Amino acid sequence: MTPRMTYVTRPASPATKTMFSRILTSALFAGAAAGLIAALLQLVFVQPVLLHAELYESGELVHFGGEAISAHPELPGMFSDLTRDALSVVFTMLTYTGYALMMVALMSVAEGQGHTVDGRTGVLWGLAGFIAFHLAPGFTLAPEVPGVAAADVYARQVWWFATVAAALVALWLIAFGGNLISYVVAAALLLAPHLIGAPEPDVFTGPVPTEIGALFAARAFGIGLVAWVLVGTFAGYFWQSEGKRAQAAA
Amino acid sequence: MMTTQTNTASATRTGFVPVMFAVVLGLGIITLTGHVQAAALHDAAHDVRHATGFPCH
Repeated sequence: MTPRMTYVTRPASPATKTMFSRILTSALFAGAAAGLIAALLQLVFVQPVLLHAELYESGELVHFGGEAISAHPELPGMFSDLTRDALSVVFTMLTYTGYALMMVALMSVAEGQGHTVDGRTGVLWGLAGFIAFHLAPGFTLAPEVPGVAAADVYARQVWWFATVAAALVALWLIAFGGNLISYVVAAALLLAPHLIGAPEPDVFTGPVPTEIGALFAARAFGIGLVAWVLVGTFAGYFWQSEGKRAQAAA
Repeated sequence: MMTTQTNTASATRTGFVPVMFAVVLGLGIITLTGHVQAAALHDAAHDVRHATGFPCH
């Protein structure tokens, strides 16, 4: 057997196991808690706007069609389609748990480099996450209300991932780079995706009133900001408390 | 000197695997909830994808 094989099959050390469980536990707590709050906020503040837009997307309502249309129609499915709302809660909690896993992993790296990670500094981590995953891609690909015209979804996803990745590197450089070059590179990484431009539709076909579209984007950003700050705070807090618990148990 | 080197190498190695595992797992989760276009997944996550600003359709 070669030395390489011995290394690969070597059982995980206790330190690695502790690190695994500390990252997983704090990320699950933080993601589930922040995701649940985000889901409830979305159901109250975003879902009515989305359901309203769907009345125009389906053609049930048409504006500029001759007669004036009430801006306050009865919304079908609001708090009545429980399966749909429950799925939204589950998927929001999953999404923010995914974000929390990435955040806690990076927090452990930052702590290893001597930076303080707790509930207070977690707010900054949350703001950075919001900027990287919501504001940076949303600055050009605005949160879409149902029914808007958009370019090919695959092309937009490629642009979305590239923009998020560039923003993550940029924010890490701003937070931990500490010299002029890192700020310049960060600024370039933040600007480039928007100067290059996102995939755009060839023609506009959106049937949804602009008032609804603007409110939807504003609400999506608002709830995103709240959710991310909560993820950051909870992640920093649980990272500390799980660390103390592991130390006490050792 | 020797001890210091061993400790540093060990700390880096124990940290690297859990960190990469968590990042890849997290990325996998948001790819599933936010981006995979399979019809069942898309329909179930539809409202969340719009509300979270993912490219949806």
